[in-house]
Amino acid sequence: MAEKSGMHMEYDINKEDFNSAGEASSKVKKTLNMLGVDNKVIKRVAIAMYEAEINAFIHGGGGMAVADIYTDKIVIEISDHGKGIENLELAMQEGYSTASEEIRMMGFGAGMGLPNIKKNVDELDIRTGPGEGTDLKMTFKLN
Amino acid sequence: METFRMQYSAPKGQKRNGPVKIASGLQEPIKRYHSITLDEDKCVGCTSCIKRCPTEAIRVHKSKARIINSRCIDCGECIRVCPHGAKHAITTDLLELDNYKYRVAIPAPAIYGQYRSARSRNHILTALKKLGFDDVFEVALGAEYVSNATRQYLKTVKKEKNLEGPVISTACPAIIRLIQVRFPNLMDNMLPLEAPVEVAARLAREKAKRDTSYGDSAIGIFFISPCASKMFSQYFPLRGEKSPVDGVISFQEIYMNLRNKIKSLKDDEIEDLEQATNYGVRWPSPGGESMALDINKFIAVDGIHDVVKIFETIENSNKFDDIDFLEALACKGGCLGGALTVKNHFVSQVIMKTMRDEAKAKDRENELTDLPNRDIDYHDILWDKQLEHIPIHKLDTDMAKAMKKLERMEKIADALPSLDCGACGAPSCRALAEDIVRDEAKITDCVFVLRERVRALANQMFELESMLPPTMIRDDKRDSDSEAEHRHESLSNDVNDD
Ligand SMILES: Nc1ncnc2c1ncn2[C@@H]1O[C@H](COP(=O)(O)OP(=O)(O)O)[C@@H](O)[C@H]1O
Ligand code: SF4
Ligand code: SF4
Ligand SMILES: [Mg+2]
Repeated sequence: MAEKSGMHMEYDINKEDFNSAGEASSKVKKTLNMLGVDNKVIKRVAIAMYEAEINAFIHGGGGMAVADIYTDKIVIEISDHGKGIENLELAMQEGYSTASEEIRMMGFGAGMGLPNIKKNVDELDIRTGPGEGTDLKMTFKLN
Repeated sequence: METFRMQYSAPKGQKRNGPVKIASGLQEPIKRYHSITLDEDKCVGCTSCIKRCPTEAIRVHKSKARIINSRCIDCGECIRVCPHGAKHAITTDLLELDNYKYRVAIPAPAIYGQYRSARSRNHILTALKKLGFDDVFEVALGAEYVSNATRQYLKTVKKEKNLEGPVISTACPAIIRLIQVRFPNLMDNMLPLEAPVEVAARLAREKAKRDTSYGDSAIGIFFISPCASKMFSQYFPLRGEKSPVDGVISFQEIYMNLRNKIKSLKDDEIEDLEQATNYGVRWPSPGGESMALDINKFIAVDGIHDVVKIFETIENSNKFDDIDFLEALACKGGCLGGALTVKNHFVSQVIMKTMRDEAKAKDRENELTDLPNRDIDYHDILWDKQLEHIPIHKLDTDMAKAMKKLERMEKIADALPSLDCGACGAPSCRALAEDIVRDEAKITDCVFVLRERVRALANQMFELESMLPPTMIRDDKRDSDSEAEHRHESLSNDVNDD
């Protein structure tokens, strides 16, 4: 069974700990390196996962990152129980951001996160809604 | 000051165009040729170096800190940290000077920061020449050619290539190797141009041919070097078949001789050998390369561990997409802090300031306010080989097998104490776990695991010892057993008697 032959990794995205943002994607990247996954794919995973992680951190109030690695695909799921995305179509547009001035000062909130994620994944499944939290499932094909 | 104008032209027989992809056979020579070696007699196996290595390339085996060749990037960290002076960089034997009729020294500009007593650059250059060279040619001048070429490259790369993130400087060979082994996704960002030393070497050779009637094989170009990693480009030239540099001599090796020579020079002996402007003189200090580029957005980072941090950020995010140029130098203090220098880099920074001021004054006299326009086309120093990723962390070529190994590695890592004490010879518990799944180490290399095993074994022996077969149990044995029991009882009585 495909499910059995994979590797499973889980990480907390703690909204209190600024240093933890980006940690999950960094760890997953190291793992993919050890598995000998193609660099180009590793780069796409790292970028998409980092952006999703940051979103869960700054917009979603923290959550979880789960990575499942198989020989034919990589599936990353980032979920949070935050306020959810009100208008997904708008959010997917380049440059759209609801980030506060304070967050922009920290170098985030350029509104490129979701569009970048979309550019880098093979499949993207977003479940979200006002008050429902956000759940991003990103799939990357191998070979 | 000499006024001849030098034009940089491509070496004969070389194409003027972009890199040729060399698909295979590249990894092997790089694996073998790196320049850091261990003096086994001096190494006591103290493990000081294993944790400083940015690529986890050192393991202590049988009390000797051996280097895993494919991982070493020649950054020189271990040379600096070793308290016993056991790590060295290979340089050229001085006897090789004798192989050439006409010898040119090309000193790295960092040399100007080594001698507090030197009154000018010309003092240092003249003294160097007198150590046994026929001419001296500044690498600082080569650097100015590279700056001109880099300006051209940056303009075209912005227009033609869709490059994400900054162009990364490649003047430091350790950085090239770091990218190759740890940051393959940044390979396209590397500035694919020869370093100042190579450019200076070619210019020096041309000048030697103009000045003399010697042919190529009679002319020897020797780099006077602060750098532990420069030998790499000697063995593996990124342009052409053979490096234009014939040998590398370290600052340390000539330090005292040069110092004495500088001191004994008389005023009328000083030759005018200075050719570089203050831009070239500034090159080896962090930021020096960037400041000659006429761009506003650059980052200069020095020290291999900080470079790793910046590279990680670039690889993970688009945070530095607005930065044009990233100058990364493996040594703290840039080449002034090179592993083969003598002076502490903070001290040489101060001396360099004086040298730069002198150069600036001279530039003002020559009415030079901007970077001098060195005559070069960047295609003439463009790499003609493409570097390949060296996947040092890959556990297996078969991904399913790699996964099994990684799972096993995680389990082993969990069973280890996470103390990263280094007593096993690996830089961390995780590194030992990795070595174990690669069949290069055993779990009992961990002293704590070993102690547990010994204890378990001791307990087992103790148990076994008391389990004599019934045929062998003698009456007196039974007696002494019960005696012991009695003693034990009375002892516990004593303890409870409070
Ligand atoms: N996990 C999330 N929870 C709530 N809102 C989100 C989340 N992710 C994205 N958003 C919304 O979508 C907008 C666009 O996201 P993105 O493209 O990443 O840009 P940025 O993060 O720079 O604002 C955000 O400003 C925010 O309003
Ligand atoms: S030179 Fe650098 S990479 Fe090589 S073994 Fe020493 S510390 Fe490690
Ligand atoms: S910073 Fe300079 S001296 Fe140090 S490794 Fe790089 S090129 Fe060599
Ligand atoms: Mg975002």
